[in-house]
Amino acid sequence: MMEKKEMSETKVKRSILARLLPQLRSLSKRGPSGWMVIVGIAIVAALVTMTAIAPWIAPHDPNKANVGPLRSPPSLQFPMGTTALGQDMFSRVLLGGSVMLQVSAISVFVCFLVGVPIGLFSSYVGGNLDKAISLVIDAVYAFPGLVIAIAIAAVLGPGVINMALSIAVVYIPSYFRIVRSQVLSIKELTYVEAARSIGAKWYTILLRYVLPNVVPSIVTVLTVNFADAVLTAAGLTFIGLGVSVDIPDWGYDLTKGRELLSSGGWWVITFPGIMIILLALGFTFIGEGLSELLNPKLES
Amino acid sequence: MSEIIKAENLKKYFPVQKSLLEQLLARKATCVKAVDDITFSIKKGEIFTLAGESGCGKTTTGRLVLRLLQPTSGKICFNGEDITRLKGEKLRLLRRKMQIIFQDPYASLNPRMKIGDAIGHPLEIYDIVKSKEKMKMVSEVLDKVGLTPPEQFIDLYPLNLSGGQRQRVALARSIILKPEFMVADEPVSMIDVSLRTTIIDLMLGFRKELGITYLFVTHDLAVAKYISDRIAIMYLGKIVEMGDKKEIFSNPMHPYTQALLFAIPIPDPERKRKAVELKGEVPSAINVPSGCRFRTRCPKAEKNCAEKEPEMIAVSPDHFVACYQAEE
Amino acid sequence: MPLLEVDSLTVEYKSSRGIVRAVDDVSFSLDKGQTLGLAGESGSGKSTLGLSIIRLVPSPGRIVKGTIKIDGTDVLKLSQDQMRSIRGQKVAYVFQDPMTSLNPVKKIGAHFVEMIQAHEPNTKKEDALERAKTILNNLSILTERINDYPHQFSGGMRQRIMIGLAIAMNPDLVIADEPTTALDVIVQAKILDLLENLRRTYGMALILISHDLSIIMERCDKIIVMYGGNMVEYADSTELHKNPVHPYTQGLLRSIPNIELTDQKLSAIPGSPPNMLNPPKGCRFWPRCKVPKTMCKEKEPFLINIGNDHFVRCFSSPEEGAKDIE
Repeated sequence: MMEKKEMSETKVKRSILARLLPQLRSLSKRGPSGWMVIVGIAIVAALVTMTAIAPWIAPHDPNKANVGPLRSPPSLQFPMGTTALGQDMFSRVLLGGSVMLQVSAISVFVCFLVGVPIGLFSSYVGGNLDKAISLVIDAVYAFPGLVIAIAIAAVLGPGVINMALSIAVVYIPSYFRIVRSQVLSIKELTYVEAARSIGAKWYTILLRYVLPNVVPSIVTVLTVNFADAVLTAAGLTFIGLGVSVDIPDWGYDLTKGRELLSSGGWWVITFPGIMIILLALGFTFIGEGLSELLNPKLES
Repeated sequence: MSEIIKAENLKKYFPVQKSLLEQLLARKATCVKAVDDITFSIKKGEIFTLAGESGCGKTTTGRLVLRLLQPTSGKICFNGEDITRLKGEKLRLLRRKMQIIFQDPYASLNPRMKIGDAIGHPLEIYDIVKSKEKMKMVSEVLDKVGLTPPEQFIDLYPLNLSGGQRQRVALARSIILKPEFMVADEPVSMIDVSLRTTIIDLMLGFRKELGITYLFVTHDLAVAKYISDRIAIMYLGKIVEMGDKKEIFSNPMHPYTQALLFAIPIPDPERKRKAVELKGEVPSAINVPSGCRFRTRCPKAEKNCAEKEPEMIAVSPDHFVACYQAEE
Repeated sequence: MPLLEVDSLTVEYKSSRGIVRAVDDVSFSLDKGQTLGLAGESGSGKSTLGLSIIRLVPSPGRIVKGTIKIDGTDVLKLSQDQMRSIRGQKVAYVFQDPMTSLNPVKKIGAHFVEMIQAHEPNTKKEDALERAKTILNNLSILTERINDYPHQFSGGMRQRIMIGLAIAMNPDLVIADEPTTALDVIVQAKILDLLENLRRTYGMALILISHDLSIIMERCDKIIVMYGGNMVEYADSTELHKNPVHPYTQGLLRSIPNIELTDQKLSAIPGSPPNMLNPPKGCRFWPRCKVPKTMCKEKEPFLINIGNDHFVRCFSSPEEGAKDIE
């Protein structure tokens, strides 16, 4: 059963690669920003792959206690050391990204699905409706992200979906605002007036004339959003509002690692920390690179 | 010939944005009087030009006639039907018969829509043909505007085309539905001189072939003379002179028309030209001068010009002027 | 000695996609008090030519060949400091867009003071302001407005102020780049009248750059027609008016509506301006020419003097060219 799954997964990965490679090649020709995107994609892809194949390559059960000596620093047998409970850090790191990736993916997805349409509709229609919606969104935006996430997570309880939702609420305003600022300027442009003059209905205009020109700015928010979500998710688990303790998670290990620091144990906090930073960095690279590519600064 | 467009006492005022304090202190709302009570009609099949300098209201009038803007007051009739208060679906269906070409070919095409899709979009909107037929019609119309071979252009994006080519695409998009009436808003002022005639000739050709009536909006009187049948000169929201093109150009009666015509450069180095007599600048459309609004710059202004706005009077069957001094 | 002598001027722009020859082997001369019109469409190189005379070609543009002599001195050999003293004092430039060329946070008077003191550092502020007021008078702008800011003026007035700044130091040559493009026809005529008056009063030479062949033909003594970086025709305006030879010049003249003529037949020049990164081999105009010969597609034509100080860059003989006029 496990072998079949493994084979079909590798097949999927190969076909994705086949379609991606020519695109990557064209990206590499676009200068330093193109390379930034490629590096970002590489980092994220590596981490995703690592998390995906982790169940098959992790040497130990990450939750099993006492597989090794308690609190032992990195060694040949345990390359990333062990926790206070004697769990293998290497296995925990391999598998710990799973929650984080799922949470950030779901939250970004929800954000996008809610924030973009509301932003589009509200700013295109304008008037008092737009003013009212903007007020509400601005109110949410005014709160520090982590505070809202904590509040909602505390109400909803633990779990991947709940974490994702609480993070999503934090970032919906970003999508709304960026979409709104783009739509407000685009809807005054001549080609939108031209669309009206040929008799297009308002939703056709939104979908075919406005949205495609807003997409470049959404794409960059999307990727930076991923990075942010990763960090917020880490924050939630750090405080203990994440998933239950028997799922290995980088954020959770950060908390535990902190406790160990006082007695000189650096390895429990460091390796998951590096992973979180890498993941966030990967997404940031993609976002920054894309932002430069899609909105190039004027050449001399 | 019947009238395809009739505009009566058309007005369009744009409110001026003011701060809360200004709104409380001001006694009445201030507006930009972009179009201030104009009346004209366009006969079926003719080219009617609205000419004037920037700020005279000609562009706004073009938009009003097409109902892209809502008039503040007045009446617009299309083929005898009152379309002034038309809204919603009825207004949208009207668009099939009235089209517009915009001034800026770099702004009037959706940068993320392929040329073929952009030109074919009107066909989709009115559900005219199935998709196979659609591409055939798009190719035909691309041929008509001189973008051949059509297959080469259908999958291109606007950024691959020059200004002149883009304007032809815009033209193609407007005529694919074979409209009855078209507003051309300065269609060649942003195109290279040597290419302007191409666009103008295309427009004239479509008039012959499809019987399209044109409202041509321009500040370039030389082009206006070349292309129009009848012309109206606008100044600060009003029509000051209107009528048959030949009459207006050979016998301009309003001092503003005369000044405009004298100012036009003539490509002849041996012409001695008269210096411009007009003093001052165009007044603001918010604080319009009393009486005849041209009197502040008019070399022939008299006392009575400040009292009441002059009416349009007929100097000949197709030549109308709004000027007290022209009456003599 | 002519005031301005340009010889074999070539300006190139280097970009990642190749080299563009914006100005290719242009030679002409201008006497004191004369007007020269540079006519051409987008991409013709006329603006670059104007800028190169005062060495303000923006990078990555570079003057790669030729000499520009002002009163006998080759300005291409001068240092930056020497060039700076020429700009504004001997040669002044009026830029295309008056909307963005004035400093929005400086009063008009301050603009003039800055200009005057840059060239005559010992001038006192009050004296500079007095001179500014005299200039404003010549521009038909009320002198009280010397304390106004640029946004308080209309487009036409701003352009007049730009011209005023240009002539503040009484230069020998003024280069005006599309001075009337954004302006309405009456304002345009007033600005051109102003330039003409100032020219006569101060004895300045004027180079007028425009895509509007009508104003160039009407107001210039000499005309250069530019196409794709080349000077395709160069003659006195009266000569050009009587006898346009180059197919491009003829095509242009036939495509401009002349308000004095009735029942004009206009015709367009087919095709579009050349891609300057990859111009056609041989004569740059041949793809749009009505009478291209085989030679035109192979070799670049050179400038021929067909008499009356009339130069044409075309392989078709003047007789053949004249036949083409309807």
